[in-house]
Amino acid sequence: MTKINTSINGKIYSDEVEDNTLLVDFLREKLGLTGTHVGCDTSQCGACVVHLDGNSVKSCTTLASQVEGKELLTIEGLAKDDDLHPIQKSFQNNHALQCGFCTPGLVMSSLDLLNKNKNPSEYEIREWFEGHICRCTGYKNIIKAVQEAIAL
Amino acid sequence: MYNFKYHKVNTIQEAVSLLSSCEDPKILAGGHTLIPTLKQRLSQPSDIIDISTIKDLSSISIQNNKLMIGALCTHNDVSSSPDVISTIDGLSELAKKIGDPQVRHRGTIGGSVANADPAADYPAALVALKAVIHTSKSTYQAEKFFIDMFQTAIETDEIIRGIEFEIPITSSYKKFKNPASGYAMAGVFIAKFDNDIRVAVTGASSVVFRLREVEEALTNKFNISSIENISIDSSNFNDDIHASSKYRGNLVKVLVEEAISDLI
Ligand SMILES: Cc1cc2nc3c(=O)[nH]c(=O)nc-3n(C[C@H](O)[C@H](O)[C@H](O)COP(=O)(O)OP(=O)(O)OC[C@H]3O[C@@H](n4cnc5c(N)ncnc54)[C@H](O)[C@@H]3O)c2cc1C
Ligand code: FES
Ligand code: FES
Repeated sequence: MTKINTSINGKIYSDEVEDNTLLVDFLREKLGLTGTHVGCDTSQCGACVVHLDGNSVKSCTTLASQVEGKELLTIEGLAKDDDLHPIQKSFQNNHALQCGFCTPGLVMSSLDLLNKNKNPSEYEIREWFEGHICRCTGYKNIIKAVQEAIAL
Repeated sequence: MYNFKYHKVNTIQEAVSLLSSCEDPKILAGGHTLIPTLKQRLSQPSDIIDISTIKDLSSISIQNNKLMIGALCTHNDVSSSPDVISTIDGLSELAKKIGDPQVRHRGTIGGSVANADPAADYPAALVALKAVIHTSKSTYQAEKFFIDMFQTAIETDEIIRGIEFEIPITSSYKKFKNPASGYAMAGVFIAKFDNDIRVAVTGASSVVFRLREVEEALTNKFNISSIENISIDSSNFNDDIHASSKYRGNLVKVLVEEAISDLI
């Protein structure tokens, strides 16, 4: 077992995890933060994306022990009470999801992009989503949602 | 995932002593090769030694006209570093072409170099830029470091500290991505120095290699027509479901031409 102290969505957590626990399993199974999804478990699909010290990362390819002393932000940390985050709203406005399985990862990834690049071109948005797979939408409305979120 | 013991270390010395005392240890840096390998049980170490918290391995600096990059610098650190962009922008371009943003936020240059994947991007830059690999034990010229597929000159208890690059006048990296994996089907790095040109190829064969005939022709005259009549010997190139060796041979020539036109 390894002890970890970490801040998740602004709250401090101290816990013990099995040494081989993946970050995504810690979030989902130990903390019940099931908004972060597992799509592929092979670092390809981006459904598991969370922010680690301000950068989007794949939580299926990070050990829980590796987040000791670090700050995490998950999809549950975006909405303020009933008020959706502007990116969540623009996904809703643009019908940027169908089954919604890929959505938490894409929203977290969009937020990282817009934090770093205030006005990305369509090409830059598409390039940024290289590590995401959506089986439903065809991506068009996801791009539109990010473009709308630029203005929000 | 099957079980292993996890250790976090703060110094190279701590890591080295664990490497010699544990039964079958493995170093963990960014985890973007090792964790997928563990999941598939292609590797089943008894102990994982996490070096990502060692402090002095993550800086980038220019010293004595060389660019020094610490082993723990992520691909994103390399692609966005003002020191890299101002000295070797071909290297920054290369780092930007690795995987996707999330891979680049975690994966490290030391991990990529230690892993020596035949389709990885960095080996081409290291060989073309006459890099020296500094480890906990010794130093290696890049050309002698990459021995074969997933095989390098370092031993299992040796840790890469950083890579030292010669600074060229200009450089360019051209990559043809495998449409599924994003790894290089072929990648060509050209570095132009005061007195010579280096051309290194990754992805095409089991290990990175130089195109010496092309280097000589370009050192005489740096333009596309000077390599027109050179044929690339692709008999030893990878031949798989993604591309035949002949296809890769042609690809390498096209990428060399693209890199040349980038630099003139
Ligand atoms: C989806 C995806 C796409 C990718 N696309 C590309 C791509 O296009 N091009 C490309 O080049 N790579 C690609 N990669 C691989 C990526 O660049 C890895 O990050 C890199 O190969 C390994 O770096 P790491 O820090 O993650 O190493 P780890 O996974 O932590 O370690 C890899 C190996 O190196 C050893 N090691 C690590 N650090 C050191 C050190 N300092 N000294 C000695 N040994 C060490 C470990 O023991 C292990 O055996 C991709 C990976 C993924 C998951
Ligand atoms: S579940 Fe992590 S990338 Fe698919
Ligand atoms: S909305 Fe179904 S996978 Fe993207």
